[in-house]
Amino acid sequence: MIIAERKPMEEIKQLIAPYRKVLVAGCETCVAVCWVGGEKEVGILASQLRLARGAEGSEISVLEATVERQCEREMVAEIKDKVAEAEAVISLACGSGVQTMAEMFEDKPVFPGVNTTFIGMPEKEGLWVEMCGACGDCFLDRTGGVCPIVRCAKGLLNGPCGGTRKGGKCEIDPDKDCAWVLIYRRLEKQGRLDLMRKYYAPKNYRAVKRPGKVQAAKA
Amino acid sequence: MAKTFRDILKTKDFVVTAEVGPVKGSSVSKAIEHIELLKDKVDGLNVTDNQSSVMRYPSLGVCLLIKEHGGEPVFQVTCRDRNRLAIQADLLFAYSRGVNNILCLTGDSIDVGDHKEAKQVFDLDSVQLIHLVHTMNSGKDMAGNELDGGIDFCIGTTATPSADPLEPQLIKVEKKLKGGVNFIQTQAVYELDDLKRFTEFVRTIDGGVKILAGIVPVIGAKMAAYMNENVPGISIPQRLIDELAQAPKGTGVAKGIEIAARMIRQIREEKVCDGVHIMFIGREERVPEILEASGLL
Repeated sequence: MIIAERKPMEEIKQLIAPYRKVLVAGCETCVAVCWVGGEKEVGILASQLRLARGAEGSEISVLEATVERQCEREMVAEIKDKVAEAEAVISLACGSGVQTMAEMFEDKPVFPGVNTTFIGMPEKEGLWVEMCGACGDCFLDRTGGVCPIVRCAKGLLNGPCGGTRKGGKCEIDPDKDCAWVLIYRRLEKQGRLDLMRKYYAPKNYRAVKRPGKVQAAKA
Repeated sequence: MAKTFRDILKTKDFVVTAEVGPVKGSSVSKAIEHIELLKDKVDGLNVTDNQSSVMRYPSLGVCLLIKEHGGEPVFQVTCRDRNRLAIQADLLFAYSRGVNNILCLTGDSIDVGDHKEAKQVFDLDSVQLIHLVHTMNSGKDMAGNELDGGIDFCIGTTATPSADPLEPQLIKVEKKLKGGVNFIQTQAVYELDDLKRFTEFVRTIDGGVKILAGIVPVIGAKMAAYMNENVPGISIPQRLIDELAQAPKGTGVAKGIEIAARMIRQIREEKVCDGVHIMFIGREERVPEILEASGLL
């Protein structure tokens, strides 16, 4: 899923400083699962904004709305009345949701309330880790299901750099595993180390022609 | 005409290279001093490429200075700061100006340097860079286009004999060797056994490649402990740390030089590998003392 982190309160306050009526718009999909943009977090941010502005003597009316998926026009359309009421929108969805909202309500300023960070998974309660770089040319069949494109700090395709720390940790963070050590161990376990010995040519960075567009195959 | 580094690698019993680290700024007088001091004492001078991800005078710039002053440069090229177009263009420029030796490296992460917010490139990795040089040596660019005037680089790369875990690193070395390299410069080694084990491994794959052991003098027990803890691929044995700790105050550098020279002599006497690459970062002017103490001058 898509992982995001909420922007600092000060930054959000700055974004909406000129407005007296704003809508905080959440999304119940990825950002709800990673605790930053679902209905609950919409309520929290709305309360924080009311309190903060109240304390500054600059009263604000904060509306709240959450849709199932903010990256789908039909679902965003469900909250058009609330958008119409507000002077500006703070979206707690990923960048895709923010843009869907901004495109649908072109006369309304739509601000991001979160920083979209990566595609990942929960490692444990409250901790998410990056797993996929959406490169458009999946390499996981050759690496025992460990992505070197994003899990190696340098995105190397032919094995570890010389920066691997003792015990197989990453050069830039001793708390992170070296992806190539993980790949080595996984392939060794499966008796498939020959895959790691193969030479892999430079990646085709045009596998996805940016901006990306995917057309579903016709049935 | 002086022998090329490629010829020296082929013919000389014990090859010695050193390093000239570019400065931060446009003043090249110090680099020229180091070049003048070292060019006739060693077989090649490496120039680091924004070492430790710290922005400096370019590797190729100092390589040209080395040529101008009659030395033999080894152009270090990392994959961190340039994409495949920029690297190929630099190789053409380097070769056209007589810089004919390249050391292919991955490059440190941007995070360890002084421009931490920069976008790191890594369009290629070091194995792919080796393949790229071969492609260009054959007269074509990476896209398959003919070059009007080709290149012919002597190719080197790096390896980490004391890595932990070692096996994934050795697979990478194997891929580098199969890509085709003339020489390997290792990360600093302090355990002769690590170097022997590494050399034996390399010989099972490539009998012809020349191995230059990395020598970085350690000038104090604290520095040694710090390096053990923080520098990947470094393993300084306790006995050396004890030896450094016992050195009288103010004699750390001399002790570091003594230990480095002892290691070089051992490597040479026992024919462990084909030579050494001495990295005395920030103390280039003391490299001749190491050479002298090792019997190489």
